[in-house]
Amino acid sequence: MAYEFDFGAIVPHWKLLFDGVILTTELTVIGAVVGVGFGIMGAWARASRAPVISQIVGIYVELIRNTPFLVQLFFIFFGLPALGVKLTEFQAAVLAMIVNLGVYSTEIIRAGIQAVPQGQIEAAQSLAMNRLQIFRYVVILPALKKIWPALSSQIVIVMLGSSVCSQIAAEELTFGANYIQAINFRAFEVYFIVTGIYLVMSILLRMSLKVLGNYLFERRRHV
Amino acid sequence: MSLVELHAIHKSFGELEVLKGIDLAIDEGQVIALIGKSGSGKSTLLRTINGLEQIDSGVIMVGGNKISERDTDLLALRLQVGMVFQQFNLFPHYTALENVMLSPQVVKKQSKVEAKEIAEEMLAKVGLADKMMHYPDQLSGGQQQRVAIARALAMKPKVLLCDEVTSALDPELVNEVLAVVRKLAEEGMTLVMVTHEMRFAREVCDKLVFMHQGRIHETGDPEEVFSNPKTSELASFVGGLA
Amino acid sequence: MSEFTLWDIVYNLLLAGRWTVLLSLTAFALGGLVGLILLMIRTAGNPWLVRLVRGYVELFQGTPLLMQLFIVFFGLPLIGLDVSPWVAATLGLTLFTSAFLTEIWRGCVESIGRGQWEASASLGMNFTQQMRYIVLPQAMRIAIPPTVGFSVQVVKGTAVASIIGFVELTKAGTMITNATYAPFTVYGCVALMYFLICYPLSLFARHLEGKFRHVAR
Repeated sequence: MAYEFDFGAIVPHWKLLFDGVILTTELTVIGAVVGVGFGIMGAWARASRAPVISQIVGIYVELIRNTPFLVQLFFIFFGLPALGVKLTEFQAAVLAMIVNLGVYSTEIIRAGIQAVPQGQIEAAQSLAMNRLQIFRYVVILPALKKIWPALSSQIVIVMLGSSVCSQIAAEELTFGANYIQAINFRAFEVYFIVTGIYLVMSILLRMSLKVLGNYLFERRRHV
Repeated sequence: MSLVELHAIHKSFGELEVLKGIDLAIDEGQVIALIGKSGSGKSTLLRTINGLEQIDSGVIMVGGNKISERDTDLLALRLQVGMVFQQFNLFPHYTALENVMLSPQVVKKQSKVEAKEIAEEMLAKVGLADKMMHYPDQLSGGQQQRVAIARALAMKPKVLLCDEVTSALDPELVNEVLAVVRKLAEEGMTLVMVTHEMRFAREVCDKLVFMHQGRIHETGDPEEVFSNPKTSELASFVGGLA
Repeated sequence: MSEFTLWDIVYNLLLAGRWTVLLSLTAFALGGLVGLILLMIRTAGNPWLVRLVRGYVELFQGTPLLMQLFIVFFGLPLIGLDVSPWVAATLGLTLFTSAFLTEIWRGCVESIGRGQWEASASLGMNFTQQMRYIVLPQAMRIAIPPTVGFSVQVVKGTAVASIIGFVELTKAGTMITNATYAPFTVYGCVALMYFLICYPLSLFARHLEGKFRHVAR
C-alpha cells in the first residue's frame, strides 16, 4: 500500500504559514538590529581597558555560546517566571534571539576590530582623538565591513534556529506547520513545503544583507 | 630528432590569445632562454611544456611521442620534464630532504633507501648538504629555491624548465641560485628558462628566444641577438634594459 | 507529586546526558565520514558532481535543523522504513554535520595555494597522490581548529532532537520539569551540563587556533 502524497491539503491553511513567515521575519529583524547593536557595545567592552567589564562580558558570551538555543528559550520562558519575570511567548522568543545575536556578533565584531591595522589607530591618536572617537570614526566601520559576510551568515543561522521557538508556542513559521499537521495529519507534506519556505527565506535574507552591506560600506568609499 | 618539439601551439585565456602559433624545438643539451616583456606569453609557453596549461591547438612531442591531454600522457610528460617555479612552491610540511625524496618514492616507487641516496646527492649538488633536516620556513629564499631545483632534479628529468627562478629573491640571494643553474648548464643539462637576468642569459645560453605579443619574434645566438637585433621590438627591449 | 531533591534532578539529567554525548559522537563521526567523501568529490572537479555537492550543502545550510529532522522522521515511514527517534536523530544530524564539515574543509583545501598543486603536478603526481601527500596534510592542520569548533554546534544541535521525542538532556529536562514544577532549577542544570560539555571543546578549539596561527608546517 503506497502512501499518496497530498500537497493540496496544505492550501486551505496558507494563512497560517503566511502569518508564520511574518512572525519569523519580525523575530529575525528585531533580533538582528538590536543584537548587532549589543554586539558593537559588547565588542567595545571586550576591548575595554577595564579588565572587570571585559571579563564579565566574556563570561556572559561563553555561557550563551556554549548552551543550546532551545534550552535558553526554555529557561527564559519557563524558568524566569520563578524570578518574577513573566514574558509572553513572543517576548521570550525575541529576547532569546537578541541574546544570541548579541553574543555572536560581539565575538565576530571583536575579531574585526582586532584586524584593523594598528597604524590606523596610531594615526588617529596622533590627531588627538580620544578612545570613543577613534572607535566611532576610525575603527568600527572598517571592522564591520571586514566581518560583514561572517555576520550575515550568523544572522541566517539564527533565523533558521528560530524554528524551535514553536516549542514555547511562539507563533512563527514552524508553529504554523505544527498546527496544520495536527489538523490534517499531513506531516510530511507540511514540513516539506515549510522547509522550502525556509530555504527561500534564507536565500532572500542573505541577498538583503549583501545589498545592505553594499549600501553601508561601498557608498562611503566614493563620497 | 629534438628532445621536445612544439608545433603551432595556440592558447587563449577567454578572449585573450596569449600564444598565437608557437613552433619551437629543444635539442638535447641545449640551454634556451625565453625573454620578452611581461604579457608576451613566455611564462605561459613554458608552462605548456609541462602540461600545467592546456593548449587549445597544436602538438607537443617529447622524445618523438605525441602528448595528448589524457592524464596518463601528462604524467609521462612530467616524468621527462621537470620544473622550477618563481615562488619555489616547496611543500611546507616536509623537510628539505623529504621534499626531494617524496616524488621518487611515491611516483617512481623507488625504495626509501634509494630515494634518500638520490636526494642527498642532489642536495649536495646544490650546496645544501648541511640543511637537509630544515623545514622550508627555516631556509632563506635562495636556499629554498636551491632545494626546489634539487627536488626537480631528483626525478632525473631530460629537460628542466625554470620559470623566473630568481625573480622572487632578494638581490643578494640571486647569485647563489644562478650559480647552481650555471653548473647544470655546464654539466650538459637541457634547460629552458624564462628570465630577466640578461647578462646571465647571454653568458650561459646557446639560444635566445624573444617573444612579443604571443609570437616568437626573433631567435638566435645570444651574442648575435644582443649585439645586433634585427627587429625594432627586440632592439627597444634590449635598449630598455640597458 | 513525588519529592525530588536537587541530587535526583542532577542524577536523572546525567543519565539522559549520556544520550546527548552518544548522539553527538555518532553524528560527528558519521558526518565527518560523509563530509570527507563529499569533499573528495567536490575537489576532484566533475562539474555535475560539484554542482550536486554544492546543492546539498546549500540545502542543509539553508534550512532549519528541526525541519531536517522532521522530514527524516515523518518522511522515512512513508517509504516503508519505520524509524525510531534515535535513528531519525542520528541520520538527520549526520546529514547536517556532513554538509557543514564539507564546507569548512573545502575552505581549508582551497587555502592551499595553486603553487602546491602545480609543483606536485610537475613532479608527476596524480590527483590521489597530490591529495594524500601534499594537500590533505596541510589542509588538515588548518582544518582542526574550526572542526573542533564546529563540534560545539553538533552538541548543541542534539538538543533539537528532543522535539522528535528522543530522550536526551533537553527532553529529560522537560520531563523532570513536568514532574517537579521547578523549571528554573531544572533548565538551569540542563544549561550548565551543556556548558560543561561544550566549553572545554570551545577552549580547545581556541587553543589550537592560537597554536596553528603562525606555524606554516
